[in-house]
Amino acid sequence: MKKLSARRRHPLAALVVLLLALACTGGLYAVFAPADKAQADETAQSLTIEEGKKLYAVGCASCHGTGGQGTSDGPSLVGVGAAAVDFQVSTGRMPAATSQAAQAPVKPAVYTQAEIDQLAAYIASLGAGPAVPTEEQYGPQGADIAKGGELFRNNCAQCHNFTGKGGALTHGKYAPTLEDVAPKHIYEAMLTGPQNMPSFPDSTLSEQNKKDIIAYLGEVNTDQSESPGGMSLGGLGPVSEGLFGWIFGLGGLIAVAVWVAARTAKAKKS
Amino acid sequence: MSTTTTPESRSRGKAPAGERVADWADGRLGIYSLAKANMRKIFPDHWSFMLGEICLYSFLIIILTGVYLTLFFHPSMNEVEYHGSYVPLQGQLMSEAYKSTLDISFDVRGGLLIRQIHHWAAVIFLAGMFVHMMRVFFTGAFRKPREINWLFGFLLFVLGMFTGFTGYSLPDDLLSGTGVRFTQGAILSVPIVGTYISMFLFGGEFPGTDFVARFYSIHILLLPGIMLGLVVAHLILVFYHKHTQFAGAGRTNKNVVGMPLLPVYMAKAGGFFFLVFGFTALIAGIATINPIWVLGPYRPDMVSTGAQPDWYMGFAEGLVRAMPGWEINFWGHTLVLGVFVPLVVFGLFLAIIALYPFIESWITGDKREHHILDRPRNAPTRTAFGVAWVTAYMIMLIGGGNDIFATHFNLSINAVTWFVRIGFFVGPVIAFVVTKRICLGLQRRDKEKVLHGRESGIIKRLPHGEFIEVHEPLSQEQMYTLTAHEQYKPVEIGPTVDENGVRRKVKATEKLRAKLSKGYYGEESQIPKPTVEEYKEITSGHGHH
Repeated sequence: MKKLSARRRHPLAALVVLLLALACTGGLYAVFAPADKAQADETAQSLTIEEGKKLYAVGCASCHGTGGQGTSDGPSLVGVGAAAVDFQVSTGRMPAATSQAAQAPVKPAVYTQAEIDQLAAYIASLGAGPAVPTEEQYGPQGADIAKGGELFRNNCAQCHNFTGKGGALTHGKYAPTLEDVAPKHIYEAMLTGPQNMPSFPDSTLSEQNKKDIIAYLGEVNTDQSESPGGMSLGGLGPVSEGLFGWIFGLGGLIAVAVWVAARTAKAKKS
Repeated sequence: MSTTTTPESRSRGKAPAGERVADWADGRLGIYSLAKANMRKIFPDHWSFMLGEICLYSFLIIILTGVYLTLFFHPSMNEVEYHGSYVPLQGQLMSEAYKSTLDISFDVRGGLLIRQIHHWAAVIFLAGMFVHMMRVFFTGAFRKPREINWLFGFLLFVLGMFTGFTGYSLPDDLLSGTGVRFTQGAILSVPIVGTYISMFLFGGEFPGTDFVARFYSIHILLLPGIMLGLVVAHLILVFYHKHTQFAGAGRTNKNVVGMPLLPVYMAKAGGFFFLVFGFTALIAGIATINPIWVLGPYRPDMVSTGAQPDWYMGFAEGLVRAMPGWEINFWGHTLVLGVFVPLVVFGLFLAIIALYPFIESWITGDKREHHILDRPRNAPTRTAFGVAWVTAYMIMLIGGGNDIFATHFNLSINAVTWFVRIGFFVGPVIAFVVTKRICLGLQRRDKEKVLHGRESGIIKRLPHGEFIEVHEPLSQEQMYTLTAHEQYKPVEIGPTVDENGVRRKVKATEKLRAKLSKGYYGEESQIPKPTVEEYKEITSGHGHH
């Protein structure tokens, strides 16, 4: 890791990032030639891929195979696209601590955005897949929040709960909470279907639909979202309400009852 | 009622206005004799006797706030487009019921607070009834002559469950709609009549356009009407039987020691009503309940994870979640055991606790009146049974929230479900054994305390070097309280051979009863309480032990 972070300060790094961003926004990756061909060119793109490949060899190859072909410990990454890499690595799910766990949990990201972009470029070079979405795609401009809510309840709530508080799946797997997840990552998750999630390509949920859903979540499921009725108790519905009602509601009233009973006109002083 | 009549005032002609009003009312309502009989009615003092009051007051709060809500709620399933103040639902199609609930929450003055008070009070009402019922159970207050009142209370609990269910189903939101669908599934699982009942209740196929209006009638008229009647009957019986009391000096099976209804209890109870109301309003102002706006309108093609009923239906939810999805195809008909078995178990499980007073009096053969409460430890088998019942209930509550438990404790939902499946059978057995042991241990401790006094914690060194702990003798009153309980003998089968030497046939039920009775009052189920002789022997000897 020391080597990697040292390279981050490389005089060319800023240039690399800039060029990569341009390359991504332009969607140039779609016409990438196979890796051996790309290596032939001395373009910035190939430099990025080269860097990504090095990072991959250190951090990912042990599970996903030296060429991204997958092993018994990790799936093949050929064709998963840059969006999948960006989602998995920048939410810290990858690199996973172990392949034995039911699913990889969200953690602090290990790589910087520049490194993630390099990794993404490398994986994208292995086979065509969805690109990292742009701000324009996942931003809230022109989104219909109400429609997004309807789409969310129809497509997402089965696993993620009414407002995206998350829910349990079988055998220790789970749909994570969507609270304060970056819009970009929500978009990428819909696009690529990470872990147990089905993917919702544009043929299933159009770009506009995805935008609507993200805008809806931004309205109802962030730490800025209002809860007009007071504390939302985790937004988990009757289970937490019941617990609260028992402990604080009835518990409090019993405390009041004990207090009232203790303060009585006593016939005899004892 | 503050009238003091003296011959003087009468001779002066006109009585004071208050007296004349009271006289007028007495002539028509007979209030004087009523007041005379009841004003000095005595109620014993104990905090646990106020649990029922919590229930009564939250019931009143529910009625008061419910009336306010009916002024603005539209029990209709007509589809409308929403254009109210809640932005994330703008332009969505929804039923009028859902829209009017949104309007109550956002556009009616005080609507959201009243809604939340109504709902929190319902949660507290049911929880209060549960705890009140357990208080009555564990202290044996259900024994003769109060069995009928126990049944009234039980019915109130069950009706409360269904009133709550029909109530939270009214807003026609996605969560409650899922609950209604769940219930319809349970109805459908009933063999033969299930489909007919479902069609009748929903006016056709689910969801139809009728159920909100029908649930509304049931929720605001039918069930609360019955409940109000039962509450009145419950209270009348409490008055009629007089309140039970814990054993203590001066308290017998034939008296009630406490404070009079007027003025002490009227003031206390009145004040307590406002405390309960205020506290519930506080809770409702702090924490949101059933925020239907984030749930969205109900549509049969949508469902969310984490969809649970309110806690009092959680037991039923847990049974269905824990039951394997078995089904039998019988002659072209499907019997959905996965849902029908839980439905039956749900009924039986509640019936056990309802019928318990009758079961106990049959087992113990005890037909006498009881006005002195048992301390739970002095009825170990009953206490153990009650704890076992509560354990099974609580395990099923965990089952009802298995997904929430899984996600929040990082467990596998399958593991939680298996824990519930096994725990439902094993948990009560463990709870029974452990509770009985604890009760017996406490009885031993009581005996020890009576005979040897309380451990004072003072260590004394005697002149010859021995260390002893000084035990303080209990006061007369404390000793009375600890030894006031009666200890019963198990029912015997009786002679099996009559005076002519003819063998009598012993019925199987008789044998069962003798066995159960031994379980209640046998040597292994109670520690003989200290006798006067034992006490004298110990106290007359050396001062310590």
